[in-house]
Amino acid sequence: MRLHEYQAKDIFGEAGIPVPESQLADSVEGVLDAVSTIGYPAAIKAQVHVGGRGKAGGIKIATSEEEARDAAESILGMDLKGYTVDRVLVEQGVDFVDEYYVGVTMDRGAGEPVAMVSTKGGVDIEAVAEDDPEAIAREHIDPAFGLQPYQARKVVYDAGVPAEYARDVSSILSALYELYEANDASDIEINPVMITGDDDVIAADAVMNIDEDALFRQPDLADMEEDASQNDLERKAGEYGFDYVRLSGNTGIIGNGAGLVMATLDLVDYYGGTPANFLDVGGGAKADRIGNALDMVFADENVESVVFNIFGGITRGDEVAKGINEALEDFEEIPKPVVVRLAGTNAEEGMEILNTDLVQVEATLEDAVQRAVANAEEVAQ
Amino acid sequence: MSVFVDEDTRVVVQGITGGEGEFHTEQMLAYGTNVVAGAVPGKGGQEVAGVPVYDTVDEAVDAEDATASVVFVPPAFAGDAVFEALDTNLDLVVAITEGVPTQDMATVNKRLSEVDTNLIGPNCPGIITPGEAKLGILPGNIFEAGNVGLVSRSGTLTYQVVSNLTDRGIGQTTAIGIGGDPIIGTSFIDALEAFEADPETDAIAMCGEIGGEDEEQAAKYIAENMDTPVAGFIAGRTAPPGKRMGHAGAIVSGSGTGTADSKITALNDAGVPVADTPGEVAEAIDDFL
Repeated sequence: MRLHEYQAKDIFGEAGIPVPESQLADSVEGVLDAVSTIGYPAAIKAQVHVGGRGKAGGIKIATSEEEARDAAESILGMDLKGYTVDRVLVEQGVDFVDEYYVGVTMDRGAGEPVAMVSTKGGVDIEAVAEDDPEAIAREHIDPAFGLQPYQARKVVYDAGVPAEYARDVSSILSALYELYEANDASDIEINPVMITGDDDVIAADAVMNIDEDALFRQPDLADMEEDASQNDLERKAGEYGFDYVRLSGNTGIIGNGAGLVMATLDLVDYYGGTPANFLDVGGGAKADRIGNALDMVFADENVESVVFNIFGGITRGDEVAKGINEALEDFEEIPKPVVVRLAGTNAEEGMEILNTDLVQVEATLEDAVQRAVANAEEVAQ
Repeated sequence: MSVFVDEDTRVVVQGITGGEGEFHTEQMLAYGTNVVAGAVPGKGGQEVAGVPVYDTVDEAVDAEDATASVVFVPPAFAGDAVFEALDTNLDLVVAITEGVPTQDMATVNKRLSEVDTNLIGPNCPGIITPGEAKLGILPGNIFEAGNVGLVSRSGTLTYQVVSNLTDRGIGQTTAIGIGGDPIIGTSFIDALEAFEADPETDAIAMCGEIGGEDEEQAAKYIAENMDTPVAGFIAGRTAPPGKRMGHAGAIVSGSGTGTADSKITALNDAGVPVADTPGEVAEAIDDFL
């Protein structure tokens, strides 16, 4: 789960990390109101879950009321990489002499958190990691002991942060690690930490992502979750509790288990089709859940054909067949052709139950996918 | 022969009194696994499916000489359950639970490096040595005893590949689902190392997926250390960057690490053929034998 910049900055500020004065606004008047208290220059920043907001025109600096109005009018309501901007953070502009990167993330290979500091802040840190990995100093953290103060100092010195700022930057890092741990963050970063003309340090941006598997014990953060779905289908999937990702193709895919569903998408592509979605019904799905999955996929206007691929371990083929029959019997006409392949637990029973007036049945994964791809081509013509 | 589990493995089930724990205990018993005990705090003295339940893993190990545990404990308590198991000198802990917070697993991972116990999972289907023992939720009927090892990050994809193997008359020494989370116990390399050391394993099927760099590291390990032939499959070629494809660990990062291409290239460079379809994995294995 991703927090917005304004949410992360609230949390950072409460933890004692210096952040610029700011105010959230959702209208041009709101922006003008905010700048009148904050003063100029002010940064007007789109609050959407998109990286590279600045380059995409989602961040503007205003030095006058006229510029603030122009910025507010152009950013509010704009489409930023598929997201509509409905709020901006109006923030005190910072006069800076240098920009650093400070962050903590989970190094999954090492199986432990890693603190990272770089003097190449203010730019895309992933590009720095790619092009100039030496420019990022790293320090692994034993999760049982936490980040020791000497480690925070060490990684800051290793990064080449000048001595006069080292103490402030390392205390920001220590505060970040505490937030990372206390909030079950998966990533937390400030890019950039700005060094001001007065030699102060200030967090000019804030990124904080929370481990979704830990939200059950982070109720305050769970409450901050805002609907970040890019479309109604992803919202609907959330309501049904499916793992769902929408893609741009025309062959709808329903299966059980992440790896097998991914493999089914890949097969659609391999046989010349285009996958419309990833939809995992999970383990042990009962008939009503199967109906919901069909409902989801039919609701996607791009879908011309559907393939159901279930390999039952704890999922039972007869339950799946029952769900497919029940869902399809409700239609006067089946919206799109459905190919079903059942294997594993109770697959034979399921095959017997399936109403072959409503669905096409194939015995192997490969045959099922090829038939669904052919169906999609036929409908599309 | 086999790796990690066999007919002598004595299993304690943590969370045996829960719905999943009880159902799969019955399934494991029906498969012939020696499930000798359950462990659930506050439920000591009860019986589930004829298996005695103890309050702690320690008691269960003492009383029943358990050598391995299977964890069916809800995510909030799973990290603690694994810690408890790691403190009893078991040979193996298999964590089935999906949705364990990553920071809990980082702490568990640290402890794991200090003990001799192997951990499989979490978020995995478990491990099976066909005809001898299954620890987890895999459907036993699709497996046959034989000479091919299988290691996979996914459950149902494992079943798919196993059924393709079994249909060709190719049996398995042991199949291991290592799990789909970002931080797991047994890695591809650990499993490959075990199969390489097993004289009965003549070929290995390895099913990876997008996210992380485990497959790339495994490729390097194969090139440098292995004589047993390996055939691969990588799921997620069509996955868009930045989206979590069901598994918490299956995500291609914005900077382009963890892609299917990177994994396929690394495996090919190590001499491992990577199949285009799950069915072709069994064909490649057949060619080795």
